[in-house]
Amino acid sequence: MPANRFNGHCDYGIGIGLRVPHYAHILSKKPVVDWFEIISENFMVEGGRPLELLDRILEQYRVVQHGVSMYFGSADKPDRTHMRRLKGLVKRTKTPWLSDHLCWGSVDGTYTHDLLPMPYTFAAARRTAEKIRQVRDYLEVPICVENVSSYAEFHASEMTEWEFLTEVVELADCGILLDVNNIYVSSKNHGFNPYDYVDNIPHGRVGQMHIAGHTKFEKYILDTHDHPVLDPVWKLYAHATELCGISATLLEWDDKIPSFDEVHNEALKANEFIDGAKRAAV
Amino acid sequence: MKRPPKHAPVRIGSTDDLRLFQRMMATAITRPLSADDGLQSRWIDGRPMEKVAAEFIKPNDRLTSFERLELYNRMYWFRLFDAICDDCPGLQAALGERAFGRLAQAYLARYPSQSFTLRDLSSRLVRFIRERPSLTAPRTALALEIARFEWAQTVAFDGEFRPVVSAAALARTPPGRLRLGLQPYVTLLDLRHPIDSYVISVKRRDAMRSEASNTPDSTVTARERIRRVPLPRPSRTFVAVHRHDNRLFYKRLDPAAFRILEALSKGSTLTRAIAAAGPGATPARVRNWFKSWMALGWFCARGNKRGRRPS
Repeated sequence: MPANRFNGHCDYGIGIGLRVPHYAHILSKKPVVDWFEIISENFMVEGGRPLELLDRILEQYRVVQHGVSMYFGSADKPDRTHMRRLKGLVKRTKTPWLSDHLCWGSVDGTYTHDLLPMPYTFAAARRTAEKIRQVRDYLEVPICVENVSSYAEFHASEMTEWEFLTEVVELADCGILLDVNNIYVSSKNHGFNPYDYVDNIPHGRVGQMHIAGHTKFEKYILDTHDHPVLDPVWKLYAHATELCGISATLLEWDDKIPSFDEVHNEALKANEFIDGAKRAAV
Repeated sequence: MKRPPKHAPVRIGSTDDLRLFQRMMATAITRPLSADDGLQSRWIDGRPMEKVAAEFIKPNDRLTSFERLELYNRMYWFRLFDAICDDCPGLQAALGERAFGRLAQAYLARYPSQSFTLRDLSSRLVRFIRERPSLTAPRTALALEIARFEWAQTVAFDGEFRPVVSAAALARTPPGRLRLGLQPYVTLLDLRHPIDSYVISVKRRDAMRSEASNTPDSTVTARERIRRVPLPRPSRTFVAVHRHDNRLFYKRLDPAAFRILEALSKGSTLTRAIAAAGPGATPARVRNWFKSWMALGWFCARGNKRGRRPS
């Protein structure tokens, strides 16, 4: 859906992640970019250069916050310090929606700093949805949860990943940040059809999409974000766009980061598929 | 983290079950790697790890349960090790890569991250070096100073800024009653070695190495030509690690100036702080120091510094 209640009714177009190697270029050349996605945790600080830089970006660009450590799926209660700082940042950026991952990563207050896959059970879905609601009510901003790429599955799971995602977002009444690269990576690692995943989620809840590159190894695929987007992922993106509508789309490139122009041009390739979806809709 | 259950729950029907499951998996992936950078072959109770992993992780047609768990175990350690190397290049250079690797692994095993941000990862390193001096021997004193200095850089980079006390406000209060706070991002360090110069040299060396590895004729030999940075010789050094215009700076301080700032930061009145500085604090010098500190915006209203000191 181009604009819906899960993305603050915003039609944001194609953005890229705001990354350190591009700061100087962005501030000096002021390139035209639809929007930037920031990693919330990088700016949840009390002062100094990160906030100065963020304020300069906010003067010129639309910014959406993306978190990596809320851990909606952890059994622990939400971390109050984290929530307080996140709310401060939400007020600063006026992000129209906020995203974080459908995963866990901490237990008993110890953080792994990883995006760990959930056991897909109804009890886990209820707990996760409850936390998403708590965080959304406190932050007062729409939330989209992102499917993660994973390398392990659990015996305890009672459903597929897309069924779990659906269960969580329906219970929480929140949006989906659909990462089509993550779907592709997990489909290869776990042997499911990625199109089944995309076909069977509630399309009206998709508020944003992610695209990225990955790396193939002999026995598995890693979600490395250090390459251009691969063809199968673009095809899956096109399919998802046909089903979900044209969503705010973000290219993630987090390692071996090339020039700003290279990253931006890679992101803009999404337009070809968006145009295709438009033609198909006519 | 609390001790994991003996077996991962077969069914996850409640939040308590979910917690037990997560404790089991988190314990597995945060356990130190084996000598060949893999998952340890035995679980904490001595059972074969292959058997334990198979209890809760499904294998697929290419990877066993053990191998799938091992991926997460490796990623955990590589990620955290990268982060601590980024935070502590000086400590790594002083101890050497092997000794630093042993220290980092032991530290992260004893003090795993308790923060949502990796920025705080080395916040308890000073405490740990004091607790386990054998890991840094015979350079423990030096290692402690470098760790304090490198944590001070983290604090200076993004620590809290408080409204600066104006000259007019200073003038309104009699010195005998005036108490000033120091900006939370300023750390005062009384060191036995010139750690500031040492860390600058290490950063310069690392930049040259990076440059060498990016040049077309880059070879291992070319990089090796950039030699080890000599360890600092003992020399009492008073330094403030701070930021100005949001850039990191190290400011050397006269011993008397250091004592004034230290006394102020501990809550002394201005009169008492100057008296504590000793004979080096002549009126003219004190005036100049304050002029400089005011220009840097170091003084703020007194308040609690929240959780920013290395413990």
